Amino acid sequence: MPDQILFYLLGGLAVVASVLVIGQRNPIHSVLLLIASFAGLSGLYVLLQAPFVAVIQIIIYAGAIMVLFLFVVMLLNVGREDTDVDEQSPVFVHRVSMRVGALLAGLLVVELVWALASAGTLGGVFGPMSQAPPAVTSVRTIGHALFTDYAFAFEVTSILILVAMVGAVVLARREAK
Amino acid sequence: MSPTLIAQIVILLFVFFMLLNSAAIMVYVERKVAALLQQRFGPYLTGPHGLLQPLADVIKLMFKEELRPKAADAFLFTLAPVISVTAAFAAFAVVPFGASTTFFGLLDHPIPLQVADVNVAVLVIFAITSMGVYGIVLSGWSSNSKYALLGGLRSSAQMISYELSYGMALGAVLLLGNSLSLTELVNGQAGYWFHVIPRWFVFLQPVGFVIFMIAGIAETNRAPFDFPEAEQELVAGYHTEYSSMRFAMFFMAEYINMVTVSAVATDLFLGGWHGPFLPASLGWIWFLVKVGALLFFYVWMRWTLPRYRYDQLMSFGWKVLLPIAALNLLVTAAGVIYFGA
Repeated sequence: MPDQILFYLLGGLAVVASVLVIGQRNPIHSVLLLIASFAGLSGLYVLLQAPFVAVIQIIIYAGAIMVLFLFVVMLLNVGREDTDVDEQSPVFVHRVSMRVGALLAGLLVVELVWALASAGTLGGVFGPMSQAPPAVTSVRTIGHALFTDYAFAFEVTSILILVAMVGAVVLARREAK
Repeated sequence: MSPTLIAQIVILLFVFFMLLNSAAIMVYVERKVAALLQQRFGPYLTGPHGLLQPLADVIKLMFKEELRPKAADAFLFTLAPVISVTAAFAAFAVVPFGASTTFFGLLDHPIPLQVADVNVAVLVIFAITSMGVYGIVLSGWSSNSKYALLGGLRSSAQMISYELSYGMALGAVLLLGNSLSLTELVNGQAGYWFHVIPRWFVFLQPVGFVIFMIAGIAETNRAPFDFPEAEQELVAGYHTEYSSMRFAMFFMAEYINMVTVSAVATDLFLGGWHGPFLPASLGWIWFLVKVGALLFFYVWMRWTLPRYRYDQLMSFGWKVLLPIAALNLLVTAAGVIYFGA
């Protein structure tokens, strides 16, 4: 029972904070709400008996990536967004973009409802809940799985990150004259 | 309530009380050591040898007016010091400071001398310290002052740069101890080599220890890496606009972070509460001695070395410290596989 109360509290925190992220005029407040949302998610991982994933979530997302976000927002000195719609742009442009956005959002809602509804009954995307794989708790198990079963995906991801790093360096570097 | 629960609450309150006091004591120690190095007396008038000086400082800070710039973001301005000090206190929760004890037979089974025994303690400390940077960054931004903003920006850049080396130095020790739990890591350092040299990881990881201490100084924003509050350039850096207890909270956070880094270094590299001459039940005395020595080293560094230049700090962190830390981790991993430690 306390688990359920905690689940709803943490899940509520994650959802409400995520919704508020896009409702803020001030980008700094958005970044902070996103951190709150990550904290809620991390709490959910603890409830799922995965303390390692929970701590990694905090270290990587809340501790490193969001600091970079905050850094960039502060460095570029992004101001408050005072109007939703750019008054200067032709009316039809933002009308179109809003319609596309609404369409995509609708699609996402349909997908989510379908996935959630089928998860319980039909087996769904990830298989029925009862047959869910046992919780991966120890660091050793995660490490073992990462370097044996998922070695290919792991290496490909690291190459992807390396490529992104090289790209960033190339873009940021100024040619010496 | 079971006796174990009561004992745990007592430990919790004890740790809180000690950390609170350690900030006051460190302020006094810092001023006295600074005086020693500069051949003066330091605080001398308040109480015997100026011992009541920290108390006087606290009373003064409490009765100062709380100022807030008109254009500041009121909520974040108030929140920032709270984040700093909360992160500083929370990080110590998973640090063990003595062997398991039954409190002179009061309990049925021994409990560890720490607030929470988490099996991923090292990572928890890492996670909480990385939260502490938000206090500084937000104080810089919410003050709506250019000096504070620059201080906050510098701090975030500095902490991102040094966290990597800090983490890699930690990683090498984790490989040696084969655990993420601080208690297990400390117990892995019990005993002696050839009956003389204690089995401390510092002897296996001298490079890692040096990297850890340098990165620790940078993480806690202490001189010679105290760029976030470089007086000559930034007035007082991120806390320029703060006064009274909010200002005091930043200072408390800085000193508590120092204590935490020293305590973690003691547990990881200096064998924690293991040491000669004393029985295991008095191991916490060794722990206090080692932490005290590291804290003295911190203060000593501050008053000996001049501040670096900001670009030197960055190039040192990325081009010297990080490659050495990566190499150290690689060599350690190879050694662990080869010797099967």
